[in-house]
Amino acid sequence: MMKRSTVAIFIVMFVFWVLLSACINPLKGHYDLIRIVVGMICAAIATSVSRDLLITGKEDMTLRKTLRLLLYIPWELWQIVLANFDVAYRVLHPKMPIDPRIIEFDTTLRSDFALTTLANSITLTPGTITIDVEPERGRFLVHAIASKAADALLVDQTMQKKVAHVYMEERGGE
Amino acid sequence: MLGIGVTDIISIIFMAGGIFFMVTGAVGLLRFPDFYTRLHATGKCDTLGEVLVITGCMIFQGWSFVSVKLFFLMFFIFMANPVGTHAIMKAAYYTGLKPWKKGEERR
Repeated sequence: MMKRSTVAIFIVMFVFWVLLSACINPLKGHYDLIRIVVGMICAAIATSVSRDLLITGKEDMTLRKTLRLLLYIPWELWQIVLANFDVAYRVLHPKMPIDPRIIEFDTTLRSDFALTTLANSITLTPGTITIDVEPERGRFLVHAIASKAADALLVDQTMQKKVAHVYMEERGGE
Repeated sequence: MLGIGVTDIISIIFMAGGIFFMVTGAVGLLRFPDFYTRLHATGKCDTLGEVLVITGCMIFQGWSFVSVKLFFLMFFIFMANPVGTHAIMKAAYYTGLKPWKKGEERR
């Protein structure tokens, strides 16, 4: 009996192969049997190598978390656009209004996915870059380019709350 | 009239926006006072610049397998670029490079 995660990874790998090699083309009604077979063999090899890396089996309620993540991504994209206009303004302003500082704050996040999402989000959004993360306490060390960007993380904490909502970790570690 | 359709104009707008942010990143790299602030300019502006240029290419290409490949490119840039910025930042911080403070000489 094969595990469900193994089958899922095999399907993902095979779909990836089909999209990259264009061996099934529904627009032209064209199918390349040899490349489909080769793709299945390659997907099987890739699955046997990487099945413990992609899905560890420790996560629960994966579907709901994925849906919430899909809702989080558009908000994050909009924040990235705002961040870029902010940085462009600071770069092109003749007086260069920057006031860099290093800040530290604790979060309620503990799992790897949640910490990675927040760290990447911080790096991509207004004037902040993650320097280091302590996974045990959920502590973040962040370099901010101006006091406004630092306050967004220290006072408002919108981003932490949104990521905690996505991964259902509002209450903190057990 | 000149053989330019609506999709061409939209893709040109996207690519022009991308080039604007790439140039801004380069200017920031030259103007900002120290290592950390320069990473702010490159780490953010490059990500959005590249993504906008690739989006322009995707709109120009229309629905095809080339667009799918471009989409994967975009996805991996989004995953890899912040990680790279963060790794450089962390390395600099733990080697003991002092961050620039307001009012100091630029380096």
